[in-house]
Amino acid sequence: MSGVLEVLNPGLGNGIQDAGRFGYRHMGITVSGCLDRPLARCANALAGNAADAACIEVRVMGPALKVVQGPVCLAVAGNMVPKVRRADGRQEEAPAWRSVTLDVGDVLETGTVRGGVAYIAVGGGFDTPVQLGSRSTYQRALIGGIDGRLLAKGDSLPCGVPADPLQGERHAAPWTCDECPIRVILGPQQEHFTAAALQEFVNSAYTVTPQMDRMGMRLDGPPLKHVTPEAADIVSDGVTPGVIQVPGNGQPIILLADCQTVGGYPKIATVISADLPRLAQRKPGDVLRFRAVDAAEAKAALLDLESRWRAWADTLVQETTDDDAAWAAI
Amino acid sequence: MNSNETGGMVQARLLPVGDTAWTVEFGSVIDPALHARVLGLTEALEKARKDALFSAIVDVVPTFRSLTVHFDPLRCDGQRLGEALLNLAQTSGAKQAEGRQWCLPVCFDDEFAPDLAELAQIKGMTREAVIERLTAAEFRVYMIGFMPGFPYMGGLPAELQMPRLASPRKAVPERSLAVAGEMCAVYPWESPGGWRLLGRTPVPMFSAADPVPALLASGDRVHWRGIDRDTYLELEAAAKAGTLDRSSLLLPEGGRS
Repeated sequence: MSGVLEVLNPGLGNGIQDAGRFGYRHMGITVSGCLDRPLARCANALAGNAADAACIEVRVMGPALKVVQGPVCLAVAGNMVPKVRRADGRQEEAPAWRSVTLDVGDVLETGTVRGGVAYIAVGGGFDTPVQLGSRSTYQRALIGGIDGRLLAKGDSLPCGVPADPLQGERHAAPWTCDECPIRVILGPQQEHFTAAALQEFVNSAYTVTPQMDRMGMRLDGPPLKHVTPEAADIVSDGVTPGVIQVPGNGQPIILLADCQTVGGYPKIATVISADLPRLAQRKPGDVLRFRAVDAAEAKAALLDLESRWRAWADTLVQETTDDDAAWAAI
Repeated sequence: MNSNETGGMVQARLLPVGDTAWTVEFGSVIDPALHARVLGLTEALEKARKDALFSAIVDVVPTFRSLTVHFDPLRCDGQRLGEALLNLAQTSGAKQAEGRQWCLPVCFDDEFAPDLAELAQIKGMTREAVIERLTAAEFRVYMIGFMPGFPYMGGLPAELQMPRLASPRKAVPERSLAVAGEMCAVYPWESPGGWRLLGRTPVPMFSAADPVPALLASGDRVHWRGIDRDTYLELEAAAKAGTLDRSSLLLPEGGRS
């Protein structure tokens, strides 16, 4: 039987996300999806799911979830220290990077995420309705998630059917990402900026400001000058997550998963797809540096990310359940 | 050839948007001839999508003056895809907007058109004359963007053109018909906005439950038809009840009778 969770406390800013919604950007519908996809894949692997099953993305304060139909296997990936309150009142540590099976009446309390984003996966994945090919929450168009919105107190979250419900708990080493500069491909509108601005962009430190959400992050640093004041505007053209647009004030804005589909500010550069997950882990006050790369290096970085993820998946340990031991003894 | 008459001589440029998209750019301004090239490439690419070379494409976004093609970099050689797109752009030619022709109802009552009287006054026209010009014009949908279903339409008659409001409204009511410069649009939802509001349509621009959620598409043409308040309320109620048939808003083939 598939599980159901009740949202006892919605936390802050938490929504269902999966790999995103493709094929609708010509209608103005953003891609959405997990800000840090490798990390979401970790949570899913720990819960025994396929890579892109729907998870809860936690950005600030995580939810408290009670099992009302179960058992349910849960796993948290990210910088959080969750706890379990069992139905009989017992409190247990339930660290990230380790799955835990909860029975009816048990509660997972996730607390705050210490920087960046974290993911909560359940065995079978969250089975909220698929809209336009995805379960990802897109609040602006009221699509996906729970009636197009984030988690709210009292919501009932259905879980899918786990691939193998008899398996034991899984654990793995934390997935980490390094601190090297954020790699970008210059353009599409680098010619709207002075040569000095392009130098400044790759040689300076930019601070992440508190103005950051799933749509984008505003940075603060040396202003990037356009060749003329008029060059600070373009007739809107296509954008994608990772695009770094620079309005007239010269302060860059990096667009993220929930960004609009077209934009009217010139784009000095675009963060390569392999580094979007690293951006997701930055928080206000963090300092970013950029390094320009070519398409070949971007592709190599993406393949390297894939192989590093597979190496992480190799650290995944499946514990033997008592049932398995009993079978082995026969 | 038709393409030579309508921007066909314009050289397309290939611009990288990171490692997951290319923008094929035909020019930097708003111009029906450039948009015709965008539509030409959009159609050519649609026909070529079965080709293995284009199988990694995930989204195709036409804008005023360019086509942005999003792809999965793990499923293709991005450089080869870019070259193929540029080649296609050089041969796809221009395509006149042959999208659907819509006749959309709009109510111009004061409560729905807070900027209509002021625009008429500034332009030295009567309210009726403004409405007459607006409903006689044909609007071309250049692109959908800003928010889901939001249509950027060109074709506002020169005598009605005005800049955006100096101070944007905190809340523009949903389905407001709005103009700015030479552009016309409808806000799909209540949202902040600086365009001038000249009326309100009862027709939703976006319905998530529909397999094709956005009402309008790049290349469509739109005519406005004035309706009174009672008709507005009737159609709005029908839309809310899900009984407003989108196809009833299409003009018959061959254009406006």
